[in-house]
Amino acid sequence: MADRAKLRLAPCATTASRPEAGVSRRVEDLPELDRTIHERIRLGIVSALAINDSLSFNDLRRLLKTTDGNLSVHARKLEEARYITCNKFFDGRIPRSEYRLTPTGRRALEKYITQMEDLIRRTRKG
Amino acid sequence: MCMLDRQSHRLRRPRAHVRPASQRALEDLRYIRETMELSSAFTATPGWGQVLMGVTAVIAAATAARQVTAQAWLTTWLVEALLAVAIAITTMELKARRRGLPLTSGPGRKFALGFLPCVLVAMLLTAALTRLGLARLLPGVWMLLYGAGVITGGAFSIPLLPAMGSSFLLAGAVALFAPIWGNLLMAATFGALHILFGLWIAREYGG
Repeated sequence: MADRAKLRLAPCATTASRPEAGVSRRVEDLPELDRTIHERIRLGIVSALAINDSLSFNDLRRLLKTTDGNLSVHARKLEEARYITCNKFFDGRIPRSEYRLTPTGRRALEKYITQMEDLIRRTRKG
Repeated sequence: MCMLDRQSHRLRRPRAHVRPASQRALEDLRYIRETMELSSAFTATPGWGQVLMGVTAVIAAATAARQVTAQAWLTTWLVEALLAVAIAITTMELKARRRGLPLTSGPGRKFALGFLPCVLVAMLLTAALTRLGLARLLPGVWMLLYGAGVITGGAFSIPLLPAMGSSFLLAGAVALFAPIWGNLLMAATFGALHILFGLWIAREYGG
């Protein structure tokens, strides 16, 4: 049984000791990404707000081609991280939401873009 | 132990399709750029409103061309200007409402801040030039100031607006030095250009 285990272990051990240390080192070198905006919809929200003073919930939903529920969940995460602000108001009897990017959110996007560019540059050099 | 590893490895097999980090980075950057480009299309400029303004301007040009006195010609264009302002405000309000934002938010406010100073200057120059009996210079002045207003107001909006503003500047420059073409150029710019760019905006940028 123990021999079997050893036999079975062998491929795993081989895989681990393969000369892919360079790869794992490169993985370690990867910058720690901001998980808050790494997600696609959240990245879209922040990017859209980066060049617009403000966008409504309807604008963002149309732009990102997503559902109301999905958008509100992601927008709330960004609000919790203080990357965006949401101004809720009534237009007559209709509730409206207006989103804006905060300076923190703008810095986070800039940092994220820089990290992505660095990553691409390093891969090309490697 | 290894069986577990092997099993979990088997379970995670779809990871074999995981894209390299650099590819994901490239895709992310492309996505950011595309999202920014698409979101800039949210313009407060009402395309259909411009078409309507163009139609009324063509009618005004035809009417103004028949007037025998400078005063009547000026009155025709001033009535048209008031009508155009009413159309612009109404259609901008309708478009903003469709977007779920007040007229004064974001793009609408930026456009107004860039555009209104030029309108103010145009009003003052209209009064001054009329008093001096230089009404023949008005078409050129109006086109130049309208063009400048559209360029500055539309600087943060869709690229079509600065292009339209530049066309007005070009026509205004011609009209300023060849006032005889003034009325015709007014029809070509406030009329035809508005219709052309209005249709383009309506089709490409949501009404």
